[in-house]
Amino acid sequence: MADFDIPEIKEYTPVPDIKEGVMAHSKPYVAKPDFQEPLGYPGELVENWEQKALDKLDDLRGKYRSLQVFLDSCVKCGACTDKCHYFLGTADPKNMPVARQDLLRKVYRRYFTFAGKYFPKLVGAVDLTKDVLDEWYSYYHQCSQCRRCSVFCPYGIDTAEISMAAREIMDSIGLGQKYCNEILVKVGKIGNNLGLPGPALVDTMEGLEEEVEEDIGVKVAYPVDQEGADILLITPSADFFAEPHVDGLIGYGKVFHEAGLTWTVSSKASEAANFGMFIGSYENMQSLAMRIREAAIELKVKRIVFGECGHAWRVAYSFLNTLAGPFDFLDPNYPVPQHILEITKDLIDKGKLKFDKSENDHMTLTFHDSCNVARATRIGDEPGSQFTTPREVIKAVCNNYHDMEDGTIHDETFCCGGGGGLLTDDLMEIRVKGALPRATALKNVTKNHGVTHLAAICAICKSQFTKTLPYYGFTMDQVVSVHQLVSNAIILTGQETE
Amino acid sequence: MSAIGVLYALLFYTAFLVLIIGVGKKIYQYATVPAPLKIAVTPAPKTKAGVVLRLTKEVVFFASLFRSNKWTWIFGWLFHFCLLLVLLRHLRYFTDPVWFWVDLIQPFGKYAAFGMVAGLAGLWVRRLLVDRVRYITSLSDHLMLALLMGIAITGLGMKYVLHTDIILLKEFAQGLLYFDSSAWKVLPADPFLLLHLTLVIVLMFIFPISKLLHVPGLFFSPTRNQVDNPREKRHISPWATELEAEKNKMQAS
Repeated sequence: MADFDIPEIKEYTPVPDIKEGVMAHSKPYVAKPDFQEPLGYPGELVENWEQKALDKLDDLRGKYRSLQVFLDSCVKCGACTDKCHYFLGTADPKNMPVARQDLLRKVYRRYFTFAGKYFPKLVGAVDLTKDVLDEWYSYYHQCSQCRRCSVFCPYGIDTAEISMAAREIMDSIGLGQKYCNEILVKVGKIGNNLGLPGPALVDTMEGLEEEVEEDIGVKVAYPVDQEGADILLITPSADFFAEPHVDGLIGYGKVFHEAGLTWTVSSKASEAANFGMFIGSYENMQSLAMRIREAAIELKVKRIVFGECGHAWRVAYSFLNTLAGPFDFLDPNYPVPQHILEITKDLIDKGKLKFDKSENDHMTLTFHDSCNVARATRIGDEPGSQFTTPREVIKAVCNNYHDMEDGTIHDETFCCGGGGGLLTDDLMEIRVKGALPRATALKNVTKNHGVTHLAAICAICKSQFTKTLPYYGFTMDQVVSVHQLVSNAIILTGQETE
Repeated sequence: MSAIGVLYALLFYTAFLVLIIGVGKKIYQYATVPAPLKIAVTPAPKTKAGVVLRLTKEVVFFASLFRSNKWTWIFGWLFHFCLLLVLLRHLRYFTDPVWFWVDLIQPFGKYAAFGMVAGLAGLWVRRLLVDRVRYITSLSDHLMLALLMGIAITGLGMKYVLHTDIILLKEFAQGLLYFDSSAWKVLPADPFLLLHLTLVIVLMFIFPISKLLHVPGLFFSPTRNQVDNPREKRHISPWATELEAEKNKMQAS
């Protein structure tokens, strides 16, 4: 099944003894010039890349306070060393957050600090060489930017910020990652990560309408580019066809329908994902975010709502106002943007939705807090409502629910192992190994509490789990969308019930 | 022994200037480099008052470290708390009359150096024994522990083994404070004292160029000091505003 050893699931995830260099071979494919240049990067490694890389590092530390402060502040206390799922799954010490940061920090010290310039050996500062660059490429693509380490750091040092900066530096000298950069070019050209053109999108959505009508006898609309709709729905493109994502999309449509809200997706901005964040590029992130603003203006909507997607919700919740705001042309009575779960939860609270919870009785659910949602956003009004809102919605539509153990949920949740631009086949080994802590917690709740299904609210989590959980003895169909559960249980007005 | 006293006085002034200017420059840098995006680690407070509370918990109790690792927390917190007591206790050498609250903590401050040593020893043992921590440790990390340990042990040495003339020392300290060069000469040339002062001077010199920058760094960490309100309030940095203006100009022309 795999050309690497699959870690064995134990009763808990033990902190391994370090094994130096065991993941040094893990490297994603390098982006071809066709997928570098449209993003504003050189096609291949430039001649004087050492100097160019240092210039970029200097530029970035003048632009991002996080980078400058984080490069200076680490005291090597070790608090983060056992917190990364990739370290726990591989035992490679360079997957400890502090060691991952140090790959960049030791170069920063060598060229930009007094101690590193004059006493490099003392403080572990090194020259920027090809070997160092190779390590950057390898280990900065073994970070899913999930921020779990930053929760535990006494100074809040976020390795995601460091790995974003490192990727931006590598892109700027012509060493980009194929997966991320191809996708970014595709969104720019076609409108979504999957390269699904407008007519195909219309086709797909019409197919969903027919499917739902056949299923429940109610005509629920799944509109594309409908001018004047109340809501512009921005959702990850996986929602348009992949299982279990699409069942979630069906659910959003049913909720809007029952609430009497008109909505539409846009063929221009048919993608919630924004991989500009993964490569640390403000400019690319912004140009993608602007499509959403333009689509909202063109379609004359009143509100923007995001579907189930983790990093997309981070870019939406935390950055959209910065990148593409102000949104003063939208209805001021609603936050911009909103999460689909905020809509559903609000309708449930107001008693506007009717459910037959027994429709989900064949399952016992648990919920996977997606890293970006858990540690970089809110869903709802109160700090921490990003944990309660999805659970309350699940419990409103299912009878059987059990949380995974403390220390693996809420803001201590383990990343699925496929985030941050790693969801590609050429990184399968690190993805499978990185999924170990989550798989372990899932196994426990399966064994002890009879949980049968894992609900998630992120396209990357869903794709990663359906692909990697089978390595640990689960099946693909044990992964479900939260709005799939809503869809199963909701009873629409006029629906045929047996 | 007037020459030694004058030498130490000059070293202290230099070290003080390096410390103040060096850390001042770093603080200026941290304050002026923009944070272009909202990156608070959530759940994060929705108000400034909430942020003050969050940072206070980090500064006073090392809240995140407590969640992370109880051993590192107990040793780290013990060291820092005792260091604070010791520092405050040292105010008695610079104030005349001694402030009443400095007198109040004197009985605790006297023993705090033992806490410092215990905390540092614990952290050092972790550095040597835990393979993960050993892996990330540089020579400078050992030297930093040695330096702090040296300061604590020489301090204890004066208190419990070989006393120095504390009256004269206070006169020297007052001389430093009031630029009274005639008082510099009175510094007692006792081995523990001179070693103690030397190490403290070294610490002051390296503060702005070492990991001791974690002290100002903590207050400027965007993941901890930002308010969670990105939807309510547009957050934009000066360079991003410029970038937008340029783009708009290009589109217009």
